[in-house]
Formats: sequence, C-alpha cells, structure tokens
Amino acid sequence: MKILVCISKTPDTTAKIAFTDNNTKFAQDGVQWIINPYDEWYALVRAIELKEKDPSTVLHLVNVGTADADAVIRKALALGGDEAIRVNADSHDSFYIASQIAEVARSGGYDLVFTGRETIDYNGSSIGGMVAELLGLPYVSLASKFDLNGTTATITREIEGGEEICEVALPVVVSCQKGMAEQRIPNMKGIMGARTKPLKVVEPTAVDALTSIVSFELPPAKAGVKLVSADNPEELVRLLHEEAKAI
Amino acid sequence: MSVLIFIDQAEGHIKKAALEAMSYGAKVAAQLGTTAEGIVLGSVKEDLAALGKYGVKKIHHVNNAALDHFDAQTYTHAIAEAVKASGADVVIFSNNVDGKAIAPRLSAQLKAGLVSGAVALPDTSNGFVVKKTVFSGKAFANIAISTPLKIVALNPNSYKVETADGTAEVAALNVTVETPKVKVTAVNKVTGEIPLSEAEIVVSGGRGLKGPENWGMITDLAHVLGAATACSRPVADAHWRPHHEHVGQTGLAIAPNLYIAVGISGAIQHLAGVNRSKVIVVINKDPEAPFFKAADYGIVGDAFEVMPKIIAAAKKVKGMA
Ligand SMILES: Cc1cc2nc3c(=O)[nH]c(=O)nc-3n(C[C@H](O)[C@H](O)[C@H](O)COP(=O)(O)OP(=O)(O)OC[C@H]3O[C@@H](n4cnc5c(N)ncnc54)[C@H](O)[C@@H]3O)c2cc1C
Ligand SMILES: Nc1ncnc2c1ncn2[C@@H]1O[C@H](COP(=O)(O)O)[C@@H](O)[C@H]1O
Repeated sequence: MKILVCISKTPDTTAKIAFTDNNTKFAQDGVQWIINPYDEWYALVRAIELKEKDPSTVLHLVNVGTADADAVIRKALALGGDEAIRVNADSHDSFYIASQIAEVARSGGYDLVFTGRETIDYNGSSIGGMVAELLGLPYVSLASKFDLNGTTATITREIEGGEEICEVALPVVVSCQKGMAEQRIPNMKGIMGARTKPLKVVEPTAVDALTSIVSFELPPAKAGVKLVSADNPEELVRLLHEEAKAI
Repeated sequence: MSVLIFIDQAEGHIKKAALEAMSYGAKVAAQLGTTAEGIVLGSVKEDLAALGKYGVKKIHHVNNAALDHFDAQTYTHAIAEAVKASGADVVIFSNNVDGKAIAPRLSAQLKAGLVSGAVALPDTSNGFVVKKTVFSGKAFANIAISTPLKIVALNPNSYKVETADGTAEVAALNVTVETPKVKVTAVNKVTGEIPLSEAEIVVSGGRGLKGPENWGMITDLAHVLGAATACSRPVADAHWRPHHEHVGQTGLAIAPNLYIAVGISGAIQHLAGVNRSKVIVVINKDPEAPFFKAADYGIVGDAFEVMPKIIAAAKKVKGMA
C-alpha cells in the first residue's frame, strides 16, 4: 500500500492580508507559514492513521514549491510519513501544480492520493479533480470519512444538503475535509525524526500554465455597524425588513 | 461559438445554483456576442424548454437514467461531449459540491483554463479576466485565462437570477455512459432543512449560547425567516451541532443575503467563512466582540433576553402572529 499526501504551504489563518508591487503580489513580510489546515488536520493525519493500522504502508508527501516550503514540509514530516518529495517550482496555476503532482504520482505508483478540500489562500478546490483526471482515476471529493478494506475504500462524502457513502476500488484520488481525523500536535520524537527523513527535490516537467494572476484587491471597507438598543430588539427586525430589505 | 452552462439538478429538480449559472452565462454570452446553451444530465421532472427564461437558447439533454446520480467521471465525459456539440468556447459551472468535482476534471481533460470561485462577470475588454475570492473571502484576485476554451465556476449566491421572456430549444444528446467506478451505497439527506450553501438567510450560533439545549432560539428564528442554521467551529467540535453546520476557514464558506450571528465572537477564522454575506447582524453581550467591526447591524445584549423578542417581532413581519 502506497499513499501520497499533497501538502501545500499557506499563510497562518490570522495573517494580515495585504498586497505589494502594485497589487500583484501577496505581501509576505512578517507572515508565518503553516501547512494548509485541510492537508494537515485531515489528509495527513488520516493517512498516518492508516499507516499505524498497517505498518507496511508507505506514506509519501508531495509539495510543489520553492525551497521556502522546506520548513513547512519538515513540520508535516514531524507528524508522520516516510519521505517527502518537493517539485522545485513556483506557480499558482492549478493545472501546472496538478500536472507536477500527477507526474510524481504516476512514477511512484501510489494506490491512494489524498489532497485537502482547498487551500485557504487561493481557494481553488481544483487540484484533486485535475490530478484524478490526469491519472484517469476516480475522484471522491469533500470526504469526511475514509476506511479501507483490502483494496476497496469506503468513503463518506459531502453532497448538497447531506452526505453519501460510496465504495471505490483503489487507486483513487480523495479530497479531505473535517471529520476525516482529529488534529494532532507533533511530539519531540517526531520533530527530531523529521530532520533525518528524506526530502527529495525534483525538477518540474515542462507544462504550460493555463491561467495567471493579473492583480489582487481587498473588499471595500464596511460602513460601520448600526447598533440597536437591547431594550428594543423589535427595532432590529424593522430595520432588516424596511431598510436592509433582507427579511 | 457559444457559452455552455452546466445545469445542475438533484432528483430531477434544477438547483437554484444552476439558475444563477444560467443568468450569468447568458450575460457572458451577450458580452461576447454569442448565445448561451445548457447541458442537462439525467432524467428531469421540469420543463426544460421553460429554462429559456434564464437566457439559454438551446438545451442539450442527455436523457439517460444512468446519469440520474452524480458521478464526477461520467458527468465530465458527458459534458465534454456537449462542449463539442455546442462548439463552446466558455463553459460555466456553479462552484457548488458538484461543480468542484467536475470543473477541474473537465479543465484537465480539455486543457482549458479554469477559474473557480468567480464572483463577477469576466472582463473581456482585454483578454478574459475573472474576479474570484481568495484568502477565504478576505480578498479578490483577477485571473486571466489564456486558453481558447475557458471554464468559470461561479460561487453560489454571487450572481442574481435574472429572467426574461423566452423558451429554449431542447435537443437530445446521446452519450455512451460507462458504469461509474464510484458506487454509492447510501445517501443521507437532511430532510426538511434548507441546505446551508443555498440559503439566502442563515441564523448561526456560537459558544455564547452555552449548550445545545439552548438552540431553540436559533432554530425558531430560522424557521420563521425560512433560513438555514449554522454554527461556529467549537460548537461543532463539541457536538452541540452537526459538523455540516460549521462555517469558517475550515468549515463551509457561505455568502447569504443575511447572516445573523448570535453569541459568536467573530474570530478571523470564523469571519473567513461568512464575510461575503451581504448583510451581517451580530448579537453579542460583549461590546468589544470583534464581530461588530464586520457587522452592518448589531445589538449589544444577552441573547437569552433579546432573541425571544426578535423571534416574536419577526413572526409579526412574516404574518405568523
Ligand atoms: C487554524 C484555525 C482554523 C479555525 N477555523 C475556524 C472555522 O472555520 N470556524 C470557526 O467558527 N472558528 C474557527 N476557528 C476557531 C476560532 O479561532 C474561534 O476560536 C471560534 O470561532 C470561536 O467560536 P465562538 O465565537 O463560538 O466562541 P467564543 O470565542 O467563546 O465566543 C463566544 C461569544 O459569545 C458571547 N456571549 C457569551 N454569552 C452570551 C450571551 N448570553 N448573549 C450573547 N452573547 C454571548 C461572548 O461575548 C463571545 O463573544 C479556527 C481556529 C484556528 C486556529
Ligand atoms: N503547491 C502544492 N503542492 C502540493 N499540493 C498542493 C499544492 N497546492 C494545492 N495542493 C493540494 O491540493 C489541495 C487543493 O488545492 P486547491 O485546488 O489549490 O484549493 C490542497 O489542499 C493540497 O492538498
């Protein structure tokens, strides 16, 4: 059993969002970088649990990024996993990133590819589906539970207004969200061990990006809150009805 | 040339998100001087010709019961056939659960640039540039698509449904459908509730409500307003409310017309999931709660005292009392 978990690097959830270079680049000054929460809490931890259950499982992590991502990759390795592969490239185009991951997945012969449901910076929710298509594999998105029985996976996934349970034979690509696993904190042994785990750097394959970022903008500032007295909550309902026309 | 819209349905009924996608797609077609066409998969219980009122001129219908249940691979294959049949140069999806599973597949299959999470019409004055949310609603990015075929996945609730006179021509499209590799063994729908992602009004509760036994004030107000219910992450983590109600950076991101937050502090990770709501109302006993900075209306007060009065007043407005 070989599992590949896709790990991306995102700004900390409390990072100040600002832009430089005439609003074409994210301002990185003072930003702390973390493993994208969906990748860490759900995809990676569930993969680690699968390995704990079946220690013969080989667990690899993949990141498409520059050397700045190494610290975050090591953090992921401190949680678990045997080795990491970084495809040395700098891109925000989903198709470019997915093509690199698909190349790693193809040459490594993985049975299972886990991604997060989306990155919390670019919010694409696209990489998993693209990787699946490039590999010609089924894709189960927004999974909240994952169990293995031999080479068949039983997966619970979100649908509009509920969930469904499905079965699929490996190999498969799965995007992971809340419910898959509980967040873990790396222990000292994990942190020490991560230093000596292999972090292989490979060069990207030639692929054309299909999109490019032209500029960023911040949402217009709110006008300010209109406070209603707690003694007269009926006034709030009147305002929502007559002024905001929201009810 | 045309703009092709994926018209998403569930159990034979066209989803509201699909009406938004059609209205948006019709506008994109007008902008490009071409026409809008739609693709419907599986058996439907509605009159497809009537969808012309959302601006689509022609509907390709794969009337095959094998497509009644959603499957990313078979759907992508069928939509790729419709792209050929319509000669589309733009394909529009809703960025809902289904759209998130198939738009990326189609993008990779046809090497067509995808922008997911679009919130506005494309700027076609110089190329094709689409505005989308990034940083979980804290900012927007303008993304240029450089390929001849372009795919846009429109965020639910970000484009108004528009109607006009018109009927659509309905054309049968034949596609060979393979047996899906993903076998669905059970479907658990929360019945009688409005799905959070489609709701126009959302009433949400946080840790300030102290415990699940106090959720009556949230569900009662939601019932009166025809709203969906949501909650903050600690509330879902403590199992006071089901996981699918959790909104925020690590939960669902929503953009209703009205979001009413009761006993929620407004942490930045919570705001990330709700800050695209058009009107935000905050009820919190702490005047320093950060949520007030993001709110349009607010009451500094105890939810346990204020909410019963709000529910009673809402009933009056709704003619229920
Ligand atoms: C990486 C990361 C991701 C996260 N993702 C999310 C996410 O997706 N969604 C999310 O919600 N959180 C998320 N969080 C958690 C977030 O930081 C906050 O801890 C959380 O949102 C707080 O929930 P709360 O407002 O319900 O509770 P609290 O912060 O405890 O706030 C309760 C509020 O209720 C008010 N209150 C108390 N009693 C009353 C009363 N009687 N009447 C009226 N008001 C009252 C209080 O004044 C207070 O403001 C995340 C955190 C991290 C680190
Ligand atoms: N640069 C990257 N390297 C490795 N995995 C990535 C990268 N970007 C995104 N992913 C994976 O794809 C998922 C979805 O990303 P996105 O489609 O960009 O929202 C993430 O949760 C990650 O698991």
